[in-house]
Amino acid sequence: MALALVLVPLAFAAAAAAMPGQRLRPWLLPVGGSAHLALTILALGRPDVSAINGWLRLDDLGRLVLAVVSVLFFACSLYAPGYLALRTERSNRVFVPCLLIFLAMNTLIIESQHLGLMWVAIEATTLSAAPLLHFNHHARSIEATWKYLLIGAVGIALALFGTFFLAYAALRAGLESSLFFADLVREAPRLSRPWLHTAFVLLFVGYGTKMGLAPMHTWKPDAYGEAPGIVGTLLAGALTSCAFLALLRFFQIIAAAGEAAFARQLMIGIGLFSMAVAGVFMVRQRDYKRMLAYSSVEHMGILVIGIGIGGAGVFGAMLHLVNNAVTKGVLFLSAGNIHRAYGSKSTDEVRGALRRLPFSGAMFLAGFFAVTGSPPFAPFLSEFTIVRAAMTQGHAVVGALFLILLVIVFIGMGGAVLSVVQGDPPEHKPEGFRDRLGTVLPIALLMGIVVLLGVYIPPPVGALVRNAAAFVETKP
Amino acid sequence: MQVAVDPLLVVLLLVNFFLLGTSRLRALISGSAAQGVLLGVLVLSVHGGITLQAVLIALATVALKSVVIPSMLKRALRDAAIHREVEPVIGFVPSLLLGGLGTGLSLVFARTLPLAPEHAGSLLVPASLATAFTGFLLLATRRKAITQVVGYLALENGVFVMGLTLVEAMPFFVEIGVLLDLVVGIFVMGIIIEHISREFSSIDTTRLRSLKE
Repeated sequence: MALALVLVPLAFAAAAAAMPGQRLRPWLLPVGGSAHLALTILALGRPDVSAINGWLRLDDLGRLVLAVVSVLFFACSLYAPGYLALRTERSNRVFVPCLLIFLAMNTLIIESQHLGLMWVAIEATTLSAAPLLHFNHHARSIEATWKYLLIGAVGIALALFGTFFLAYAALRAGLESSLFFADLVREAPRLSRPWLHTAFVLLFVGYGTKMGLAPMHTWKPDAYGEAPGIVGTLLAGALTSCAFLALLRFFQIIAAAGEAAFARQLMIGIGLFSMAVAGVFMVRQRDYKRMLAYSSVEHMGILVIGIGIGGAGVFGAMLHLVNNAVTKGVLFLSAGNIHRAYGSKSTDEVRGALRRLPFSGAMFLAGFFAVTGSPPFAPFLSEFTIVRAAMTQGHAVVGALFLILLVIVFIGMGGAVLSVVQGDPPEHKPEGFRDRLGTVLPIALLMGIVVLLGVYIPPPVGALVRNAAAFVETKP
Repeated sequence: MQVAVDPLLVVLLLVNFFLLGTSRLRALISGSAAQGVLLGVLVLSVHGGITLQAVLIALATVALKSVVIPSMLKRALRDAAIHREVEPVIGFVPSLLLGGLGTGLSLVFARTLPLAPEHAGSLLVPASLATAFTGFLLLATRRKAITQVVGYLALENGVFVMGLTLVEAMPFFVEIGVLLDLVVGIFVMGIIIEHISREFSSIDTTRLRSLKE
């Protein structure tokens, strides 16, 4: 089962690469996505899912992230055939297999219990995402891909450095040096402190680069701005969640060593800084896709702040991981539709999206309210949980700054979003893009989840989130 | 038992300075290939004997870092018809000085990290930090895409040297996975470089400047 979750998408990727002809290939995505979702649901129903002598295991944190990734990919896979049918001028021979490899590698990150294997999987997601970013093949997409590759490669190299330092911390302590997560958590109190601290800083910078925390976020606006909407969704919802999971693994090790305070301070500091940077760059942002990238930076900041606060904040962060991913899906896919219809990403040229694309425009607007934490949408609940945790657990200053930054982001983002959706659209091209079932249904599906989780958390989802939070907080 | 590890590491550090000081891209790639050979020999000497695992990793390292990647980079160089790094952000002499400073700081910093008894007095950790720093410097201060790739390689080489302290701990296939990821990464970068040179008729990354705030 654990192995099948990785191998099935890879098999579909191979099939997609071998398949001749452009027209049918995109349909492998919904088939592969459904197969992965079905396997995920089966796996979540089982108490123990593991393979290869414990190298792969689905633990409680992994279950939550896997569910998020699988649902998000499923929605994107429904969107893909409709999108690719509009882009017949570009070959999808590389695009489709890379999407499926990307899914397989994300699953591998989630299931890896060996930190070396996890590193290999994260590097593989970076590489499989490069052709996805480069899909449009124009000068700007080349620039975005180059920056993404280079910054991502440096981040990932630092993360490997940190992983080695961690292994050396174990070796130095005279332990049977191992990079198995469970071993390191168990032996954490005996790990050599200077090595452990250096390792955590390197890993935080390395995997923080993949998550897109400021100041390591510089690849993000370029990459998300130039990527097709579906790729933006998967990067902002799935890959960042997996990078966050990687970071949490190391947080758990350092917390088990009794050094949680050190890590928490770092997380709160970087988290607030990320929110502030996002706020600054969102005000007067004229490119609505880059704006979404800064929104992603902001929400990565919120996630690490939740962990930094601890207690109920961890629960809030876990819930926010789900909410952020799903809401980002709504925003990126509807922004993609708007981009298709107007052929521009600038708020100077795009106006009246509510009239031109009644559905996508409305979803974009609703997604904006959701992502900035307005009730009754789901992110409101998780952000509220984190603020309340901050206020009641002696981090009142953090809580206050958090609220101020949320307001700044709301104002900054609101300006751009409103100017996109309101007003009269420029003169209409009748042959242009319109909302169709294929490009609208997945957005409606994700929006349904955002609204549902905002008013009522179904017990199975609640259990997933609670278990994940308990898993992250456990002290051995 | 480890033979001649420290002398090899000193040579590695000297190659770092060569990478920082040269402006000819061809020499830069050769320097990077030389580091690959050094790493291959280091793998054998750190393993302290000829085991199957050590030989395989050493061969894979030399093959990838000294043959496959350099020849790929040299081909890219030929296609783009350029020979020299021009106008680096930080000049060659200052970057040599910075490299020297970084190497010194690496030695100091490594002293604050307590070493396991079997590595006491070894240069592995400072050499690893210094090589990674060299790579970082090349990445951040040079303009040609090829130099940046060589910088990334040097950064990876630094990490690789750190990995040598863990030869007993690292399972074989993780080590091979790391190498494989590296080569695929460089391969993808190579493809992008080709696109850059076709699109911009140059591999000068300062031309990549349309995306900014």
